[in-house]
Amino acid sequence: MTYVPHSEADRQAMLQTIGVKSIDELFAVVPEQVRYPALKLPAPMSEQEILRELQQMSERNRDLQHNLCFLGAGAYNHFVPSVVDHVISRSEFFTAYTPYQPEVSQGTLQTIFEYQSMMCALTGMEVVNASHYDGATAAAEAVIMAVNVARGKRRKAIVSPFLHPEYRQTIRTYTQGMEIQIVGDESTRNDLAALAAMLDNQTACVIIQNPDFLGRIESPEALSDFAAKVHAAGALLVVSANPISLGLLVPPGEYGADIAIGEGQPLGNELNYGGPYLGYFGCREEYVRKMAGRLAGQTIDVHGQRGFVLALSTREQHIRREKATSNICTNQALCALAAGVYLAALGRCGLSQVAKLCYHKAHYAAERIDGLKGFKVDRAKPFFNEFIVSCPAKPGKLNRKLLKEHNIVGGFELGRAYPEMEDKMLVCVTELHTRDDIDRLAKALKEVAS
Amino acid sequence: MTTASELRYDENCRYTKTSEWIRPMGGKKARIGITDYAQDQLSDIVYVEMPEVGDHFAKGKPFAVAESVKATSDCYMPVGGEITAINGDLEGSPNLVNEDPYGAGWFVEIEMDDPAELDDLMDAKAYEAFVAEELAKGGH
Repeated sequence: MTYVPHSEADRQAMLQTIGVKSIDELFAVVPEQVRYPALKLPAPMSEQEILRELQQMSERNRDLQHNLCFLGAGAYNHFVPSVVDHVISRSEFFTAYTPYQPEVSQGTLQTIFEYQSMMCALTGMEVVNASHYDGATAAAEAVIMAVNVARGKRRKAIVSPFLHPEYRQTIRTYTQGMEIQIVGDESTRNDLAALAAMLDNQTACVIIQNPDFLGRIESPEALSDFAAKVHAAGALLVVSANPISLGLLVPPGEYGADIAIGEGQPLGNELNYGGPYLGYFGCREEYVRKMAGRLAGQTIDVHGQRGFVLALSTREQHIRREKATSNICTNQALCALAAGVYLAALGRCGLSQVAKLCYHKAHYAAERIDGLKGFKVDRAKPFFNEFIVSCPAKPGKLNRKLLKEHNIVGGFELGRAYPEMEDKMLVCVTELHTRDDIDRLAKALKEVAS
Repeated sequence: MTTASELRYDENCRYTKTSEWIRPMGGKKARIGITDYAQDQLSDIVYVEMPEVGDHFAKGKPFAVAESVKATSDCYMPVGGEITAINGDLEGSPNLVNEDPYGAGWFVEIEMDDPAELDDLMDAKAYEAFVAEELAKGGH
């Protein structure tokens, strides 16, 4: 059976229209050896057989049930209480339905509203939208929004070299063709002082990360001073922050951030081999009309009862599409719901406890690793749950041995993002690691390095 | 449904087909807003996005955005000019546009590039006829 609906007459008509004689002539530009490759597919299998085969293939994955993981760098392995899965698996939530009609979407709208409200409390922002695709796209949207807040008159974005490297790439991808100048991340010497020196009347925003990509924390005082300089230049301060860290650290809104963004995955979402994740996005209320995405709001109906509606969706999307400043037409509803359930389940104290455990366990790990011969932990600045380790051998080589010989996924090889950090690894510790796990890492590092 | 004669017009203004009014204030000064017909079509205005003082726009270019519960519309310059003042009251009370479109609901004041451009615009009578025609078409 063929799945191609065109008849021979259809094909001839199409070929004639585009002015070629035959299918062969049409495909002549494709190199012959790849034109009609032999697929060499095996014989068809029954459902039972294919399940067995796929099971065998999947067992070759190195999953986190059977391996210890010290890899972070933007995606974090945290404990997800089972209540999260129970709630998000309910069929009322587990569909892709968009809550445009409040009369049939009260539950969905309420969960979005609650997610937004809890994220506002966590980030210190006045408004948080219903979410973006991931932290990287939220960062790109923040830059575009800052340019729009400046009415397009300022077209420069200063980007910290310590913003997640993939976020920086995504910002460049999103702003292609928009005539927005992206500067600041040319050199790892560009600290806050250097970034402040780049401010001018063309600067729409400065985007920094705290804790930064290398896990380091700036003091709230330094960040407040920096925010004041950014504002004095008439620019907006955009801060990317790991939301778990905000259980312990001063939130961006308190030290002067105008837009707070980040990866929401650490809140109740599993690593999932890299996605789907969610980007959180918040801002000060005065900029809400320039914000992409949508907002659920609380209101009262004609009977005075509490109800929820989409209070602000991307106006451009519905009304002025030709003037759209963003192509965000949706949000990561299910992932945002997971984040909301997670935050509600943990509460203020629970989240703070998770953040403290991450911090203390990471510091225990740093102490253990720093004591190993040939390894050196960078302690020049305070850190949250990730830290830089200088290694006696190529981190890639150490990581291969760690995985092969010890079932340990090692830290991020920093040379992949910063060429001058070729000998450095970024080790991540969360509340999931026990003292034994960390001791096991230290012992394994010692072995693979010797 | 609203008829053309129920709507208000200001004899001292000139009008565009996109339903902005402009009132000369002496010299090259003029004030701009949207008409009673425009606010009636948009219904409750919830936000007006203003230009900045010092911005310059050519005739026909969008200079502001009026957002209502129903729609979001660009507002176009009746003549070319530089923005010399904006109506700050609209930030807290955008409903002034609905209540008093020719008075307290004004948008901006400008310094006209060339007051002769006013001659291309409709007077109140011509605009009322234009609105009557639009309403006969079923409005939009």
